[in-house]
Amino acid sequence: MTSPVEAKTSAALHERAPARDEVRSMRIPVAILILICVVAPFLIYPVFLMKMLCWALFACAFNLLLGYVGLLSFGHALFFGAAGYLAAHAAKVWGLPFELAVLIGTATAAALGLAVGWLAIRRQGIYFAMITLALAQMFYFFCLRAPFTGGEDGIQGVPRGKLLGLLPLDSNLTLYWVVLAIFLFGFFFIFRVVHSPFGQVLKAVRENEPRAVSLGYRSDQYKLLAFVLSAALSGLAGGTKAIVFQLASLTDVYWTTSGEVILMVLLGGLGTVFGPVVGAVVIVCVESFLAQLGGWVTVVQGALFVVCVLAFRRGIIGELSRVLRRPL
Amino acid sequence: MTTVFGVPIQALLSQLLVGLINGSFYALLSLGLAIIFGLLNIVNFAHGALYMLGALVAWLLLEHLGIGYWPALIISPLIVGLLGAVIERTMLKRIRGLDPIYGLLLTFGLALVIQGVARNYFGVSGEPYDMPPQLSGGKNLGFMFLPNYRAWVVLVSVLLCALTWFVIERTRLGSYLRASTENPLLVQAFGINVPRLITLTYGLGVALAALAGVMAAPIYRVSPLMGSDLIIVVFAVVVIGGMGSIFGSILTGFALGVIEGLTKVYYPEASSTVVFVIMALVLMVKPAGLFGRTA
Repeated sequence: MTSPVEAKTSAALHERAPARDEVRSMRIPVAILILICVVAPFLIYPVFLMKMLCWALFACAFNLLLGYVGLLSFGHALFFGAAGYLAAHAAKVWGLPFELAVLIGTATAAALGLAVGWLAIRRQGIYFAMITLALAQMFYFFCLRAPFTGGEDGIQGVPRGKLLGLLPLDSNLTLYWVVLAIFLFGFFFIFRVVHSPFGQVLKAVRENEPRAVSLGYRSDQYKLLAFVLSAALSGLAGGTKAIVFQLASLTDVYWTTSGEVILMVLLGGLGTVFGPVVGAVVIVCVESFLAQLGGWVTVVQGALFVVCVLAFRRGIIGELSRVLRRPL
Repeated sequence: MTTVFGVPIQALLSQLLVGLINGSFYALLSLGLAIIFGLLNIVNFAHGALYMLGALVAWLLLEHLGIGYWPALIISPLIVGLLGAVIERTMLKRIRGLDPIYGLLLTFGLALVIQGVARNYFGVSGEPYDMPPQLSGGKNLGFMFLPNYRAWVVLVSVLLCALTWFVIERTRLGSYLRASTENPLLVQAFGINVPRLITLTYGLGVALAALAGVMAAPIYRVSPLMGSDLIIVVFAVVVIGGMGSIFGSILTGFALGVIEGLTKVYYPEASSTVVFVIMALVLMVKPAGLFGRTA
């Protein structure tokens, strides 16, 4: 007798064809997303949009881990913030061009992801969350004291530089297209990973880890690779954000940032393709509308967490996909 | 003057005392976390916020009603414990049986709400809370100066931990609790009201945190953020000790407080990170935690 969970696991492992169907059914929503991204800068202030894109990429990277492997990391601010510091430092102190600075940030995040993931996957479930949170807090204290981070001030006045040494990025609109390209690269990369055979194994590990192991998959290696990928893409988002806003600060490595990205993914829809993007857009908007209310932003965020967990666990896109009866 | 590894013994002992006090709070909080986790299968992220709320209620009692430290030591945990029971009945109850991740996220949201409200009402800088006159001053022990209040905190914490251990391991109520941790369905079949037991446990665990908060108020300032960083350290303590054993959480809490205190003497730069470093080392050597059963 196979339990529903086991049946689902084998399904996730063996049915490659539905994954292909799913990819095909995504064409229209993806086209809509790209269209919105192309039209938006002519209607809305590009810097605001770039903030959304950076957070959306960060949320997508986080969703790769929570939504598809079922690992809740409470320390993703570490990768986001560390990449920000490194990219800002590379651009300002070493005078490197935009793309190298962002790449250095991404590589740092990947390396840190390898170290943190290697430690954290030794424990499962709830302990995993606590370990990642604790390691991120350790890194926060390190950044607070390390000489190159500028302590409470952060790294300010980071030059945007030129893309490939040719294209100056001082204009917000030019920079927007570059950031959009980075976002779309990350988005499609994650989309591809999730719908690859590798992604199917990740889902199998999420649904029933002992069974995936019994089928011969080394779940720890799959988890670690997913963790490193997620960390690197978070770094890509963090590094880009630091250069766009010309600032790398302690806020980006603090646990509140980890909480924010979790909320985005939860609100948008765990394990959905578009959920993190929608969640990021909503949260960035809510935060900027509530900015004049000061401290109440935290209260609203907390209340959103409570509401999402109690009554809205599928998230916006999850509910929408249920109504439309198609994966989104 | 006597020195130990180049540090005057007075300085060493006073830092040890500070470490022991921090350790008391770690022990009380991780104890509460372990009890709650055992029965509810939820890691209570709101524990730090409720610890802060304990201190805040004590301050409010003094400021608005003129109720001093001693009554607050009882009233504040009662109020916070009741709030905990309400939280359990209205929210945590609904997510029972779901992935424990949701419990963590829900209580994280609650922590944000509690801290955010406190911050709007209170500001971030915090307010001083005077220690009770009976416990001000201190004794000169000849080799060091022992402030009375600090000695009191350590003493009460040790007693509380011992009491909690006794209740859980040696009384009938404790046996119900341990049995429900193992197999709630069977215990319920024996006619024990498990849902009420769960509410009681959450209330009790949270009241312990609030009590720690009241005791902390005269030492640190009462501030809305006093619990948020503490809870992360306590999480690390819990990872090191493992949540399987009551005695283990108590011991780990005190031990890490002392180690932190010693680090402050010998290598102050690392004092805020030493607990996390130890956590990483323990994970490498004994992934299940020092007292943990394999998860």
